[in-house]
Amino acid sequence: MNLDPQIPDGPIADKWDNHRFSSKLVNPANKRKYRIIVVGSGLAGGAAAATLGELGYQVDCFCYQDTPRRAHSIAAQGGINAAKNYQNDGDSIHRLFYDTVKGGDFRSREANVYRLAQNSTNIIDQCVAQGVPFAREYGGLLANRSFGGAQVSRTFYARGQTGQQLLLGAYSALSRQIASGQVQMHTRHEMLDLVKVDGHAKGIITRNLVTGSTDAWTADAVLICTGGYGNVYYLSTNAAGCNVTATYRAHRRGAGFANPCFTQIHPTCIPVAGDHQSKLTLMSESLRNDGRVWVPLDGKNCDKNPNDIAEELRDYFLERKYPSFGNLAPRDISSRSAKEACDESRGVGPGGRGVYLDFADSISRLGESAIRERYGNLFQMYERITGENAYKRPMRIYPAIHYTMGGLWVDYNLQSSVPGCFVLGEANFSDHGANRLGASALMQGLSDGYFVIPYTVGNYLASTGAGTISPDGPEVKEVLESVKERTSQLLSISGKKSARSYHKELGQIMWEYAGMARNATGLQKAIGEIQDLRDHFQKNLLVPGTGDRLNVELERAGRVRDFIDFGELLCRDALERNESCGGHFREEYQTKEGEATRDDENFAHAAVWEYKGEGKTPVRHKEELQYENVKLAVRSYK
Amino acid sequence: MKLTLKIWRQTGPTENGSFESHVLDDVSEDSSFLEMLDQLNEQLLKQGNEPIAFDHDCREGICGTCSLTINGYAHGPENSTTTCQLHMRKFNDGETVTIEPFRAKAFPVVRDLIVDRSAFDRIIQSGGFISVRTGSAPDGNSIPISKVDADKAMDAAACIGCGACVASCKNASAMLFTSAKAAHLNLLPQGQAEKDARVLNMVSTMDDSGFGNCRNYGECSAACPKDISLDYIAKLNRDHAKAKIKEIFS
Amino acid sequence: MFSSSLGKKYLMALTGLVLIGFVFVHMAGNLQVLAGQAQINAYAHSLQSLPWFILWGSRLFLLASVVIHAWTAYSLIIENRKARPDKNEVEVTKRAGWTSLKMGLTGSILLAFIVFHLLHFTIRTIYPEYAEMTTTVGSTGDVEIHDAFSMILAGFKHDIISIFYVVAMFLLCRHLAHGFSSVFQSIGLRSEAWQGKLDLIASGYAWLIFAGFSIIPLSVLAQKHGLYEFYDPSFFASEASEKINTSNLLNNES
Ligand SMILES: Cc1cc2nc3c(=O)[nH]c(=O)nc-3n(C[C@H](O)[C@H](O)[C@H](O)COP(=O)(O)OP(=O)(O)OC[C@H]3O[C@@H](n4cnc5c(N)ncnc54)[C@H](O)[C@@H]3O)c2cc1C
Ligand code: HEM
Ligand code: SF4
Ligand code: FES
Repeated sequence: MNLDPQIPDGPIADKWDNHRFSSKLVNPANKRKYRIIVVGSGLAGGAAAATLGELGYQVDCFCYQDTPRRAHSIAAQGGINAAKNYQNDGDSIHRLFYDTVKGGDFRSREANVYRLAQNSTNIIDQCVAQGVPFAREYGGLLANRSFGGAQVSRTFYARGQTGQQLLLGAYSALSRQIASGQVQMHTRHEMLDLVKVDGHAKGIITRNLVTGSTDAWTADAVLICTGGYGNVYYLSTNAAGCNVTATYRAHRRGAGFANPCFTQIHPTCIPVAGDHQSKLTLMSESLRNDGRVWVPLDGKNCDKNPNDIAEELRDYFLERKYPSFGNLAPRDISSRSAKEACDESRGVGPGGRGVYLDFADSISRLGESAIRERYGNLFQMYERITGENAYKRPMRIYPAIHYTMGGLWVDYNLQSSVPGCFVLGEANFSDHGANRLGASALMQGLSDGYFVIPYTVGNYLASTGAGTISPDGPEVKEVLESVKERTSQLLSISGKKSARSYHKELGQIMWEYAGMARNATGLQKAIGEIQDLRDHFQKNLLVPGTGDRLNVELERAGRVRDFIDFGELLCRDALERNESCGGHFREEYQTKEGEATRDDENFAHAAVWEYKGEGKTPVRHKEELQYENVKLAVRSYK
Repeated sequence: MKLTLKIWRQTGPTENGSFESHVLDDVSEDSSFLEMLDQLNEQLLKQGNEPIAFDHDCREGICGTCSLTINGYAHGPENSTTTCQLHMRKFNDGETVTIEPFRAKAFPVVRDLIVDRSAFDRIIQSGGFISVRTGSAPDGNSIPISKVDADKAMDAAACIGCGACVASCKNASAMLFTSAKAAHLNLLPQGQAEKDARVLNMVSTMDDSGFGNCRNYGECSAACPKDISLDYIAKLNRDHAKAKIKEIFS
Repeated sequence: MFSSSLGKKYLMALTGLVLIGFVFVHMAGNLQVLAGQAQINAYAHSLQSLPWFILWGSRLFLLASVVIHAWTAYSLIIENRKARPDKNEVEVTKRAGWTSLKMGLTGSILLAFIVFHLLHFTIRTIYPEYAEMTTTVGSTGDVEIHDAFSMILAGFKHDIISIFYVVAMFLLCRHLAHGFSSVFQSIGLRSEAWQGKLDLIASGYAWLIFAGFSIIPLSVLAQKHGLYEFYDPSFFASEASEKINTSNLLNNES
């Protein structure tokens, strides 16, 4: 497997410039001879499709929703970072770069992160010009807020709907290209496989989710922008349709999968209420600015009304363990502490999986109206979901899977180990290392889509030349047939259990053994259980209906099938990474105080997995990470 | 709780649909409306029936995918709430709940409760954008925008494109959606250059898509999960009149 | 300008506005009945003696407004039916009430009323004898002029007709309660900030129109049935004797 990162020469600040200069260009008149497939219409895919269409390429863009504007990027609340230094508080490109590498616990590729920081400022300009209604100060200039992991105020936001507004911006640009005929939009189409010809990615196979028809599409390059795989845990903050199918299918066709075990847990989500639960809802982390986290000291008090538990019978565990950061300790640390408290049977709410986030002190200090002003909409959302009034009774929160740093391996050009197959946004692995800082995923998606891919895909196309192959060619037909066969296989099992029930079981295994804290024994056990689950699935799945029309169960079955295989890969990766870093916490590797211990000597690399065939153990490769511009250091939040 | 569900079933756009009744036991008060439907679907599956198809994705009230007309109300009886954020504690034990698709000629049924809302995309394609080439933008702070205008634009931009406005309108008018989308851009200085063309084109696409005419009932805004104001409709009427007059005299 | 859906709304609003203005002037004119025979006859005569182009100009203008208003209304209604071919199993509303939902119905009855009204008092085909009523009361010289006063009184002495007029005015009131405020929305001048006030004004205006128009048939009926004396009793002489007869009859029975 070729894992040359293709990092350009020169000082880090000049690499991207040098690279753009040395990249080959496609003659403007020739651009329309090239077809490009973009899978995904989120920030990454939407921005890429719009920009490539505008440049003159013939673009086919796919998404599984009924419109490109519903991609899950829409759910991002908090904001987007950019090194604008509008606040004059000492921000710079280098500082954003440094914060991101450090925040990622030194497991990301320096050159990519630096470019991301460089592009961040253009993103804001671009979005403002598109009409994204970012928050403004009274003077009419752009407002900023601060976000975790940074000492400067560099986050741009549009109320609590930043992702929505950025996506609508990208979508409007995309719509303009659709209207002009440069982009063909294929909604309710799911990518089910990647087509390779002579080692190069030349197309994809999709299922039309309405008519059920399975079709091949060919092009000169394929861009995969299909988001993250958080739903491998069944319950996550991701949308119901988020899947690993596109990336996992590409992986099966030769694309290396990097660091699947790097998953991020968000500490402030609404806890699971019962067996019916289908997704978890994120509550902005800003709540931790005014809320105090606690559980009863004694597990016997867990069922009592929290307001009746005396002050001295409460354990404000974050304040106790991390006196200087207190309730504002980083995401991974707060999450793990909550889990520990619940593991000690001190958790509250249904199932004992929750901790209190108490606003009583802030309310008595600042008044209820001040709290309402700050978090009114969140309290309202909380009440809608739980039926509880958080002004009167502490909120219950619990961590949930939120983001996945791992993804298909890409080089500096965002090209995967399959030439011609590029991967953008959350679907790739490159920029966030082992942990992502708040407000930087949106930045990455847009940087990849608007500002990186137009250059790098151009360079690739100029080097390979045009020559889209016919969708009727033998290589294409072969993949098409294999996809059809897989579909009919899913339909023919005719067992008794729904795909959802398998998904739930998988989620339980994953959360138990590969969730917030992992250990070798658990992971080994998980791998065994997942393999059993797969066997069971193959024998007992039930997909009612037929494949020739809209069939939600069939869609789900295909996705769950890939999640099962992928879950095993994730556990393998977690098992092999014998260190704790970022979102990956291995219980064997911690200090006496329970802090993560990283092993830079042996694990300062990206683990890249190569698919070896059905039922065969995948092979782990490494891309060694070089740190020339930042010094490796231990994170401390005491 | 126990519920009787009267649900619209329709195999495809050209087939006729009809209601089907199901009794569902053991519904948790804490589950969301869609989770209740998940539960029903599991039950149907166990009985060997095909589950009910309905649209949903984010399940947190922002993507605009979920729809459903519940007891006659688009997104259900609660105000400012999408179906995915509606919880079963708002219903009573033993109640009969009627569930229908969003009905409008411009939203043909795809299957069961899923409808095709692509007409909204066509409206955007005809003018819901600001033409700016990637990389050609001036500095973000080069045009100050008053906080008042920025907030108003944001209020309009909050629309999630769910189509409840159309479904709740007895005339299936898409004015609230179209006006919100147009106003978002028309309120900003960046959007001025294309303002007139935007309004004229979006309205003509809206008309051509088979939506009805606004008759100022205000049902759309009452059903809107994002409380989009009728003011944007007034603004669209105004902007459109101005653009038309300019067109006539130029 | 008027071909799009919004264009039709502008037409509705502009013609509606004309009619709103008209009904007020018309009401103010009619109320002069209460001031007696001389006043109303003089007023009616002055209108009749306007130069022909002004008289016919405004008549045609009003007629055109009504026709365009009604025509556009029906075309909107038909288009809207097509846009929403399938009804919901459960039809409910959150905000819209009867007043706004039934504009087509109230408008259609109004149209029927307008036709009737014109045939009744303007063209006078229903009771051709109204055309022959003449008098010198209210005339500037000794010329005989049309006796509008007598005609109105005669017209409203029919219980059924008067009740129809009052019902129609109630529907007009409902039509205006929504329409007055709606005009401003349709031409883009309404905002939610003052919609509340505007709705109040609209409602006030609508009830004013109702009261102003209804008082005439109601007062005639009231006097006819001996409840109150609004007009010169000599115009009710025949009714007064009938009244006695009927009360005798009642007395006999009891
Ligand atoms: C609740 C929440 C809050 C967040 N808040 C923030 C924040 O404040 N700041 C921040 O920076 N980040 C935030 N994030 C993270 C960030 O939103 C995402 O990482 C980012 O938006 C991903 O963008 P994307 O374009 O890569 O993928 P997505 O937006 O997920 O788009 C994926 C696209 O791929 C398509 N697709 C997927 N699978 C297939 C398939 N098999 N076939 C065809 N098409 C397919 C989908 O239809 C969709 O169009 C948040 C995430 C969540 C869940
Ligand atoms: C001739 C018979 C009439 C018919 C069939 C009719 C019908 C209608 C209808 C259906 C509407 C609703 C338009 C909408 O809601 O979108 C309407 C609006 C209106 N009507 Fe009438 N109407 C009639 C007579 C009148 C009269 C006599 C007046 C005034 C005195 C009037 C004043 C108005 C006004 C002001 C509106 C509001 C216009 C707007 O919404 O912009 N109408 N009419
Ligand atoms: S205006 Fe409201 S109801 Fe209509 S599409 Fe937008 S969010 Fe949905
Ligand atoms: S499912 Fe996304 S808004 Fe309801």
